[in-house]
Amino acid sequence: MKLPSLRDVATEARLLLIGIPVFLWTMIPIYHMFLFAISPKEDAFSGKLWPDHPTLHNFEIVFKQQHYFLRDFYVQFWNSTVIAAAVGALTLFIATAAAFSISRLKVPGGRVVLNLALFTYFIPAAFLAVPMYRTMGNYGLLNNRWALILAMVTIASPYAIWVLKQASDKLPVELDEAAVMDGATTLQIFRLVYLPLMMPSLVAIGTYAVLLAWNEYLYAFLLLSNDQDITLPVALGNFLAADDSPWELLMTTGFIYALPPAAVYYAFRRYMVGGLTAGAVKS
Amino acid sequence: MAITLSGDQAIPAPPLTSRLTTAQVWGIVLLTPYLLVFLAFVVYPVCYGLWLARAPSNYVALWNDPIFGRAAVNTLIFLVIGINIKMLIALFLSGFFAQQRTWIKWLSVIFILPWAVPSIPTILSVRFMLNPEWGMINHYIFAFTGDDGPNWLNDPTVALTMAIGVHIWKSLPFWTMILITGRLAIAQDLFEAAEVDGANWWQKFRFITWPSMQTLYVTCTLLSMIWTLGDFNSVYLLTGGGPADLTHVLSTLGIRYLRLDQLSLAMASIVCAMPFVLPLVYFMMKRLSR
Repeated sequence: MKLPSLRDVATEARLLLIGIPVFLWTMIPIYHMFLFAISPKEDAFSGKLWPDHPTLHNFEIVFKQQHYFLRDFYVQFWNSTVIAAAVGALTLFIATAAAFSISRLKVPGGRVVLNLALFTYFIPAAFLAVPMYRTMGNYGLLNNRWALILAMVTIASPYAIWVLKQASDKLPVELDEAAVMDGATTLQIFRLVYLPLMMPSLVAIGTYAVLLAWNEYLYAFLLLSNDQDITLPVALGNFLAADDSPWELLMTTGFIYALPPAAVYYAFRRYMVGGLTAGAVKS
Repeated sequence: MAITLSGDQAIPAPPLTSRLTTAQVWGIVLLTPYLLVFLAFVVYPVCYGLWLARAPSNYVALWNDPIFGRAAVNTLIFLVIGINIKMLIALFLSGFFAQQRTWIKWLSVIFILPWAVPSIPTILSVRFMLNPEWGMINHYIFAFTGDDGPNWLNDPTVALTMAIGVHIWKSLPFWTMILITGRLAIAQDLFEAAEVDGANWWQKFRFITWPSMQTLYVTCTLLSMIWTLGDFNSVYLLTGGGPADLTHVLSTLGIRYLRLDQLSLAMASIVCAMPFVLPLVYFMMKRLSR
């Protein structure tokens, strides 16, 4: 075996000098959350890097809903799940139909609709939140989970349409022509030719919409307020209402809340990186 | 059928006539769900909001509200300083992560975490770390120096810096990832040729990497600026706009007015941001819809 040269060692050392701070910077807030989740209250507040008595007791309290702030934990978890699933499904339906219409059927005015969607995509969501809140009030949807679902679909669709349209444009037009020759109707082309070929992009967009809805805080806390209706992030924010918040329980709940999206993200990373980053910025 | 129509894609919808083909009818039917969502939840709210903000007295009231001025300045600091620092770090780290090493590959998987996890729990985690009495950071400052650490979130400058830090922590992985794809697209033989010619790393960056990445870099910076205008969580969950409403940015200010039931002021503050937002949006649309 050849000994590494001095130059190789120096390069490696320089890389480590960047890598170690990057690792610490990334992990500290997450580790801090994890640390609180496995610490009894006394240890959590003592500033130790590892608790004297690591415990899963906090998780037990959360799962048994044994605290005032956690009395609706399962309902809120369910709300988050239903809303995320509904936003994913509706966004996929609306965006796929629109992308097929614009890209494959070349519907008149499709270009204009695409530009309008793109314009919506660039309007910061927090700016749209104020009029959206009032609009939902006018529609009588406040404190109804449909308000949040529809708001999130509105926010997720433009990007979804745009990415799916870019992906559809890459499918060869001869496929449609061949299918028409064989006597396929438009719906058959959509179902039997278009959808199967678009699968990777559809997975990416579905994941994108689900994560967007699951992670949303601002719209959720504006549009929903009853303890039985709110989603988990709003419940987490409500912990701050008290001066003596049980931070170890807040961090435990936060940890549980953060696990599903992280798992989904890593499971679909292959699709996400290819399908989304390519679309996010076309250089 | 697709070919005969490909010419009119730039022309807005002609009046509906009996000459529509089946495919066009289907196209309209399939586009309808999105159009309905767009009309009900974008067009109507925006028009309604603009109508609410129509009175000039709102803008006088905003001008006289010191919190609005402060929020506007904070937003500018957030965008001009925060985003540029973030993008420079992302550019630097994209070079680091483009290195072929197994441990760097693993580090890049961990590095994505802030982007993959929801922001609420992690921001709250940082918030507790900065707690002056119980937080981890002041605990160690006391352990090492014997002095009490600063009251981090009670000083507007420090609190805003921390909010920018939280924003960078959350979105740095995303932009680094995009810039990595940009870097990997550069042909490697250019670097090999430069190596042969004895170029140092700065010359390689200056004459190979930067020229091929500058368009992507500028696009990313502008896009990040637009999106950061809508970054409500970093400020709201860390500082809540405090102390004394001195760390608000425009997105949290709008919600503050909303909660005080001053809806027209909330809309007016957003309208005031439009002269800055719309040119950026126009520029981005030009870029992306080529």
